[in-house]
Amino acid sequence: MAKTTATLLFATALVALAGCAHKRPPVLPPSPGEQPMPPQGPVGDQIMPGSAADFQRSVTSDTIHFALDQYDIDPTARAILDSQAQWLMRYPNVRVTIEGHCDERGTREYNLALGDRRANSTKNYLAARGVNPARVSTISYGKERPIALGSDEASWAQNRRAVTIVIG
Amino acid sequence: MRQTYYHIRLAFVALIGLAGAAAAAQTTPSPQPMPQQAAPAPGQQPPALAPGQTPPPLEVDVTGGISAPMPIAIPAMPTPTIVSTAAGMSDQVGRELSNIITNDLKNSGLFHPLGANMLRPVAFPEVTAPAFDYWGGTGAQALVQGFIRANGDGTLTVGCYLYDVAARTELTRQGFVVPPSDWRRAAHKCADMVYTRLTGEGPYFDSRVVYVSETGPKAHRIKRLAIMDQDGFNGRFLTNGQTIVLTPELSPDQRSIVYMSYLNDRPSLYVYDIGSGRQRLLVPNTALTFAPSFSPDGRWILFSMASNGNTDIYRVPAHGGTPQRLTNSPGIDTGGSFSPDGSKIAFESDRSGSQQIYVMNADGSGQQRISFSAGRYATPEWSPRGDLIAFTKIGGGFHVGVMSPGGGGERMLTDGWQDESPTWAPNGRVLMYFRTSEGKSGASDLWSVDLTGVNQRRIPTPLDGSDPDWGPIRP
Repeated sequence: MAKTTATLLFATALVALAGCAHKRPPVLPPSPGEQPMPPQGPVGDQIMPGSAADFQRSVTSDTIHFALDQYDIDPTARAILDSQAQWLMRYPNVRVTIEGHCDERGTREYNLALGDRRANSTKNYLAARGVNPARVSTISYGKERPIALGSDEASWAQNRRAVTIVIG
Repeated sequence: MRQTYYHIRLAFVALIGLAGAAAAAQTTPSPQPMPQQAAPAPGQQPPALAPGQTPPPLEVDVTGGISAPMPIAIPAMPTPTIVSTAAGMSDQVGRELSNIITNDLKNSGLFHPLGANMLRPVAFPEVTAPAFDYWGGTGAQALVQGFIRANGDGTLTVGCYLYDVAARTELTRQGFVVPPSDWRRAAHKCADMVYTRLTGEGPYFDSRVVYVSETGPKAHRIKRLAIMDQDGFNGRFLTNGQTIVLTPELSPDQRSIVYMSYLNDRPSLYVYDIGSGRQRLLVPNTALTFAPSFSPDGRWILFSMASNGNTDIYRVPAHGGTPQRLTNSPGIDTGGSFSPDGSKIAFESDRSGSQQIYVMNADGSGQQRISFSAGRYATPEWSPRGDLIAFTKIGGGFHVGVMSPGGGGERMLTDGWQDESPTWAPNGRVLMYFRTSEGKSGASDLWSVDLTGVNQRRIPTPLDGSDPDWGPIRP
């Protein structure tokens, strides 16, 4: 019974939010002093400013890559993170998690530590670009979550990565 | 579901003839293990050796045994009366017991059990009076006979006798009283008795392995904490696979498991109590904690903690408390493993620029690098005998090898594409590790190899497996 009530309330809230959203221009940046919209998923075919979807289409990429057993931010990664930092500065209430990943050529425990290094060097770079580090959490997945499945140089290069995820 | 693993203990009984075994079973079911010197049966020569006596001729050469395994006969164990037990019909259990002993000894690589066509049925009274004329004709040098009896209280008594066929003498005997749920353990104990008596090595068959059961696609492996007997039987899952779990290790008292879990997206170490199924966070902290390892006395847990991209080794009382930092290099220090006397810790560090093995005192002092050859070295594991450190060597694939604690005598034991994370059997003569296959499947399996490096075997698991930790011999 309580659950049903909660579900109904939640549904009502969603309707209210959706109704509210339709009245706003889709990509207007927040006016000075106004709190940006809380991040939302796409509503209909619109993308809410400050949402994960907005992040995805606004930044050069959500992912940067690393050399074998390395965790330094190279020039390509810098350009990507600069675009992420710009977006994050526009939505100062949005928090992100940075996932650190490794290829399969390291041992499991070492890769957990290496993934942590990659996530942290990414976080440190964003902080140096003005993003409050309190908004940025990190998680290392080591070699547990590859995206390229081959056992070859191209796949390994894709898997050595840090991914920025908008969590609200 | 209440787990009862550690409530169940094997009771050892002295076998004073067959009648004596039954009597002992009724009078001495004890919650504590009671290893006893076997008493000789009437009319037989005592097998025990007094100091200074000449050792018996029957002995397995553990270094040459792989090329010339000892022929051994292990006929089905008879039962005085065929009755139904909670483990099955008693005669069927008797056949299975000898199968388990056969597999254990065969898998050690040191024995060549006779095929079924060479075996003959053993009558119950014959258990203590073997047909040496027949067994001598089979080529068997050793003979394992035994019996199974269902007791009135629901327990089972298993007798186990080892004979020297050529000398026509009994070498040793043991009896075990077990609850029906533990009937396989009686066979493992019997195999351990035979193995230790004939090789001089310590026992390892009656032991368990905790590991990570794996299934699903390479990009999203489902991982469950699992425990099983050393031979792959009696396996069960302890977690449901909804979160990633990694690197479990069984406590020395075998009552708990420390492992890493991504529960709530906070990758941290947990201590899981096998009896109650409850678990607790080892170090209440938001930082990444991983790579756990118990001290041999069970009082400490070594672990690694990453903080701001730097990883160091810490130790914390196993029951909880304040962690003490043992390393403070700016690199990745992880993979800590205590020496069996608890005085030293082997670990890996990339402080030199690549992963290498180091040894330090248990308080973190005196850190010294011991690996220097080309390639990277990871996951050091100190042998329970203290004489060797096993490791994963990276360079043209992953391979399992061993070296002395001083760094000398490096030997590689495996040659898979990716063989990782060795763990020692309780006797320090066999290692288990996991082997990952190349390419899109990314499937892992558990394998074992002995110190000679030639007896590589896949350990049967219901799904794939990784991150094995071989627990101690069971009490």
